[in-house]
Amino acid sequence: MSANLAARLRRAEARAAWRLAGPAAALMLLLLLLPTLAVLALSFTDAELGASDISFLGLDAYADLLTDRTFRGALRNTALYVLMVAPASILLGLGLALLIEAELAGRALFRSVYFLPVVSLIVAMASVWQYLMHPTFGPINLLLRMLGFAGVNWLGSSDNVLVALALIGIWQSTGFNMVLFLAGLTAIDRTLYAAAEIDGARSAWERFRLVTWPMLGPTTLFVLTISVINAVKVFETVATLTQGGPAKASETLLWVIYQEGFVYLHIGAASAMAVVFIVLLLVVLLIQTRVLDRRVHYT
Amino acid sequence: MRALRLAVLSAGALLVLFPFVFMISTSLKPQSEVFSAGLQLVPANWAALENYTKAFTRIPMLRVLGNGVLVCGLIVVFQIVFALPAAYAMAKLRFRGREALFALVLLGLLVPIHAISIPLYAAARWSGLLNTLAVLIVPFTLSVFAIFLFRQYVKAIPDDLILAARSDGLSEGAIVWRLLLPNAWPAASAFAVFSVVAHWNDLYWPLIAISKTHLATPPLGLLFFRSAEVGDDYGALMAATVVITAPLVLFFLFAQRLFIDGMTMTGLKG
Repeated sequence: MSANLAARLRRAEARAAWRLAGPAAALMLLLLLLPTLAVLALSFTDAELGASDISFLGLDAYADLLTDRTFRGALRNTALYVLMVAPASILLGLGLALLIEAELAGRALFRSVYFLPVVSLIVAMASVWQYLMHPTFGPINLLLRMLGFAGVNWLGSSDNVLVALALIGIWQSTGFNMVLFLAGLTAIDRTLYAAAEIDGARSAWERFRLVTWPMLGPTTLFVLTISVINAVKVFETVATLTQGGPAKASETLLWVIYQEGFVYLHIGAASAMAVVFIVLLLVVLLIQTRVLDRRVHYT
Repeated sequence: MRALRLAVLSAGALLVLFPFVFMISTSLKPQSEVFSAGLQLVPANWAALENYTKAFTRIPMLRVLGNGVLVCGLIVVFQIVFALPAAYAMAKLRFRGREALFALVLLGLLVPIHAISIPLYAAARWSGLLNTLAVLIVPFTLSVFAIFLFRQYVKAIPDDLILAARSDGLSEGAIVWRLLLPNAWPAASAFAVFSVVAHWNDLYWPLIAISKTHLATPPLGLLFFRSAEVGDDYGALMAATVVITAPLVLFFLFAQRLFIDGMTMTGLKG
């Protein structure tokens, strides 16, 4: 093949590739890259929707953000929410997956039941939880009173509201984590358990510690990353049930970005918050990649 | 040991089902019984007809559900139509700019719609798309996640298969739709489930872009329903939640394998 022909073929391949990928590339430019750059640019300004003059604040915009009590409160609330929802839904998801994996009868039924919240409209189920958690006639408090406990003001008290939202979040996401762990468990080579038993791992706990847990490592890391990212993005339950209240106690990151940008129309400040939000997600993903790179792989 | 395991699993299942049971039960009760007989599951006086009539008439419920189906359906079709050819090009063809495209895909995996909603809103306002069904679809026509997922799938398809198709005279477009799509079907259906669940649930973007009830998707429609409500009419609200939750739940019950496998595959890759 002459060099000329080879070059022509390469050009033809490149043309075909751009015809195939061109539309997607154009959309990525329009719907992703340009908006991201716009957010970055706006984040250094005090732009307001409808106002005609914009002034450049530079890094001061971020300095303002760090002293902003609403934003700091939202970061704190989001962190607390993540710290409640992620560990609980992961541990419960793992526990359920282990129990279901060991159980032969009713396996498919249990899996479907636990998965049901994942496919139920969050806004609708949040409304149901609002009724369940109603302080006077909600079934949860009725049950608590029947058992002799005092009723709890779940969503109406600034001390409890994050816990109440976290309970809903855990209920919603445990089933998803469970099916991910189930997939991880079925991928474990059965002979490893036999080998561990020969090596003296007699109890179920020993087998879990020596085989299941290390072999599940990559799955657990993925589940942890997804759980943290999803929990950081909590919005639906807040918008439906609490609107950030009472007394700002349930204002989360996305809720304040939404308020700042689309209610108060401070698009400069909202953009700076959005950049911080992206950076937080980036940190989570970088940590995941680092752990993934360092981790010993057994497969 | 086994009895204990079953007991724990059953107790957990009851906890998970608890909200669904009360949702259905309360949707059948008159207002007075919601306040007085909260733990009684079967109503003494049935108010199902009133509650469900309110659910369908206080907002244009069928229209809202139809909007959801239309929006989610079109989004997933566009996403696959744009992503699969791009994934094929990035997996199997050599061209200048391939690395830059992949960098864009990675950027897209990082940046969620929430973070870029301000410029997207400004663009929608400028182009007059606010309060149209199109504004609910256009921002999501490209899924970088779909490109990422399909690219891995296409990479695993042997080059010989593609070379053979080419020497049979198939165009590159025909290779994508007649050879790759059937081969990547597990990935495509998994992605479809993931995409539909995500967009059926999304409240953030519709809340920003839509202010008219008849254009609402189910989550936003339910918010409109809640604000149209007078007092604590939980019977009607629960009837509305039953109606609005039912489509996806029924779909799931009829296609459980598809859902669980789909969410597992996309979950682990995402």
